[in-house]
Amino acid sequence: MPAEEFHEWLRREGRIVIVGASLAGLRAAETLRAEGFAGSLTMIGDEPYEPYDRPPLSKAVLLGKASPDHTELPRRREIDATWRLGVAATGLDMAAKRVRVADGDEVPYDRLLIATGVRARPWPKEDEAQLDGVFVLRTRDDAVRLQRRMKAPPRRVFVIGAGFTGSEIASACRDQGIEVTVAERADAPLVGALGGVIGTVAAELQRDNGVDLRTGVMVTGLEGDSTGRVRAAHLSDGSTVETDVVVVSLGATRNTDWLAGSGLGAGPRGIACDAGCRAFDFRGIVTDDIYVAGDVARSPHPLFGYQFLSLEHWGNAVAQAEVAAHNMISAGADRRPHLWVPAFWSSQFGVNIKSVGVPSLGDEIMITQGSLAERRFVGVYGYQGRVIAAVSFDNTRWLEFYQRMIETGAPFPVDFPTVDRRPEGRKPVPADFPDPSLPTHGPTVTLSGYSPADRHLVFTPARH
Amino acid sequence: MTPQASLLGRITDYANRADPYPLYEELRKTPVLHEEEGGPYVVSSYYDILSLLHDPRISSDAANLTAAGDDELSGPEATGLPPSFIRLDPPEHDRLRRIANSSFGPPHRPRRIDSMREDLGRIVTELIDGFGDAQQVDIVDQFAYPFPVTVICRLLGVPREDEPRFRTWVDPLVASLDPDTRRTADADFQRIARESRMQLGMYLAGLVEQRTKEPRDDMLSDLAASHGPDGSMSMMEVLSTAVLLLIAGHETTVNLITNGMLTLLRHPEILRRLREDAGLSVTIVEELLRYEPPVQLVPQRTCIADIELHGVTIPKGSRIWLVLGAGNRDPERFQDPDRFDPDRGDIQHLGFGSGIHSCFGAALARLETQLALAELARRLDNPRLLEDPPPYRQNAVLRGPRHLLVGIDGVRS
Ligand SMILES: Cc1cc2nc3c(=O)[nH]c(=O)nc-3n(C[C@H](O)[C@H](O)[C@H](O)COP(=O)(O)OP(=O)(O)OC[C@H]3O[C@@H](n4cnc5c(N)ncnc54)[C@H](O)[C@@H]3O)c2cc1C
Repeated sequence: MPAEEFHEWLRREGRIVIVGASLAGLRAAETLRAEGFAGSLTMIGDEPYEPYDRPPLSKAVLLGKASPDHTELPRRREIDATWRLGVAATGLDMAAKRVRVADGDEVPYDRLLIATGVRARPWPKEDEAQLDGVFVLRTRDDAVRLQRRMKAPPRRVFVIGAGFTGSEIASACRDQGIEVTVAERADAPLVGALGGVIGTVAAELQRDNGVDLRTGVMVTGLEGDSTGRVRAAHLSDGSTVETDVVVVSLGATRNTDWLAGSGLGAGPRGIACDAGCRAFDFRGIVTDDIYVAGDVARSPHPLFGYQFLSLEHWGNAVAQAEVAAHNMISAGADRRPHLWVPAFWSSQFGVNIKSVGVPSLGDEIMITQGSLAERRFVGVYGYQGRVIAAVSFDNTRWLEFYQRMIETGAPFPVDFPTVDRRPEGRKPVPADFPDPSLPTHGPTVTLSGYSPADRHLVFTPARH
Repeated sequence: MTPQASLLGRITDYANRADPYPLYEELRKTPVLHEEEGGPYVVSSYYDILSLLHDPRISSDAANLTAAGDDELSGPEATGLPPSFIRLDPPEHDRLRRIANSSFGPPHRPRRIDSMREDLGRIVTELIDGFGDAQQVDIVDQFAYPFPVTVICRLLGVPREDEPRFRTWVDPLVASLDPDTRRTADADFQRIARESRMQLGMYLAGLVEQRTKEPRDDMLSDLAASHGPDGSMSMMEVLSTAVLLLIAGHETTVNLITNGMLTLLRHPEILRRLREDAGLSVTIVEELLRYEPPVQLVPQRTCIADIELHGVTIPKGSRIWLVLGAGNRDPERFQDPDRFDPDRGDIQHLGFGSGIHSCFGAALARLETQLALAELARRLDNPRLLEDPPPYRQNAVLRGPRHLLVGIDGVRS
């Protein structure tokens, strides 16, 4: 069938399966319908719930301002899908075009979208991770359990890892007058994502708000009492912190295990795809019927030297899902690339933090507006003479301007005056990111140029 | 005006007030228009305006404006009152706006606006009841003006019965914002504007003094008493903020409501749908803010660095005009931009500006206009325009009809 005709048929009566019924999955489904897809649509999700929103789980929900049972994502339109909730996809047969699911069924597809996201990295020592009172925070169930314990209230919460999620949890504790200790391997909170200059501000922010912040230390072990409840955490500096709730915030792992052996280019760093969201197989060859979107995807980005970028960003999940959906049912020339400029927000200790671009790629930073001391500022990151990212504390409304600078590869350092530039901001300083080979809590952006499948292939060039 | 008149001259010319949109279309053909030495650089495309509204090289500071030579109004010496936050840059702007906001909106008072809903509904009902059994009403004088005035008076804590008094000061102040008047104005006119601002400030000072002694549940009391993390406002800052809120709190909403009613009367099918479904007012108001925004242009910006736009270098220190009304109808951004279509999927607009100076009272203006239009649609029996176009107000910046005569068969209960 010629491509044009095939796509017409696909739109009319094709079968589309979406694995991962969350943010990216839902937005893709809605886009498919909005663009006239009339065939059958199946949504497979291992969580038993309709798609819900995660950012509130570490913010409004922990503050008791929203119920974890009510963060459903608003629906943009009817999607008329067959929902298979509470069932995990367990395998993929690329040749037969079928997804295997946990109940033994196989679901055939003409087009598949994988949007399985990431899961929280658990505490590595399994018996300690099992202790009552040890939590992670990724899902609605996690939030329900944690929130219940926070209401008790605990004597002290112990957070492992001061990335965005860990810091937000600490903020929610302080907001409710709960004692909290945060332990971070790096020298400051948020350094993996934003570097040491901003990390210093984040550290002061935490300490001023009464967080017992321990940096440059590792947690060596969790200790339970005789009933199996957690009672203390031990640190590498020899100290011990008594606690009854531990939240492990050590970043995330991509949900790609179910694809092992399928032949898809899927590994612990995600699923590699082209700029049009088409997945690669493990040989680096693009598939034409499997698409990926959201946290689980890794795609090449022209603004960052076509390196593969995986993002744990809400906005990216939405934008990428829309592009993937559009491309799934469009013939060649009508396809669009996903060229999203990474953007991430967080709110903690009453401050709105937002970044655009990829800060962790920057080697220098300059404060172009506001002041670090006031904790209201815009900082711009430079990389090889151009603007690569920007971050704002309580200054979100200017970021659009910096986004354009990133998009146009504007020169760094920034040499013009701005309406709120203070003396301290006149010159760039090292952004102070930790050595990338040392693990931190896990940044929310990962850049990598590794082979699609992250397998150790033996390279044997063909003989002529 | 002669046919050779400059494009800007024609836009500010009162003769074109009723329909400036063809002129805007012409304007958009030149992305950066600079018609005369020393004159402003005029920007009219949607994306350009949006980007300049977020550009930290663009200043709203009254002092920079005065240096660029066109803003006699804002110098502190000139009026005795410091500039309000709309004429300031960060960090001062941020500090004052945050303090003002802490008594008005989220996060401190997230429900203040919504809690006024019932109150607003009552005011609307009373005003419409007041039409009695007239066969003809002036929507401006009998409704669109008294409604927001009453609301802002209540919110601030200004006695409603003082309206005739502060009106005499507000009118010349607002007139002085009109670039056309300003150009032709004589020294007297400027002097009157300055004195009016001072008089209005002094009048409000009396009220603030009262509230300092006996605080009530109103914004003047809050402003006078604020002691947040940002500290408090000085007395002078309280006064210039109060002047700003009092004026901005009604001069724009009057036009939004009136433009809205006019537009609905020109689109009877949508008016009929609104009568049956008050919920439609939400998208109608958004589309109105795009289609007939009450603030047509922002003439109070200067650039503090050379800015390049479409190959034109706007030199440091130049004045920049952002023509919101033109950007809102930019075909590059909107399909069929000259059509009033509340059903268009993504209604975006520059009606409230954008960036740090985006309209402080947007939530209130939206709610007022939604309630007003829905209720007018529901209660007016067979409304029809008696004059089209209606007579407009002088002002090219705050554009709207001076009167809107509507024939009706009666008022439904
Ligand atoms: C607590 C928290 C706070 C956050 N805050 C912010 C924030 O402030 N700003 C921001 O930009 N981003 C934030 N994020 C990130 C944002 O939520 C994610 O980027 C977004 O959820 C990604 O959507 P997704 O659909 O790609 O993946 P997910 O939301 O992870 O959804 C993937 C879904 O697939 C399911 N699944 C996995 N494997 C299978 C399988 N084999 N079969 C079937 N289903 C499967 C998963 O259970 C899950 O339901 C936050 C995330 C969390 C957890």
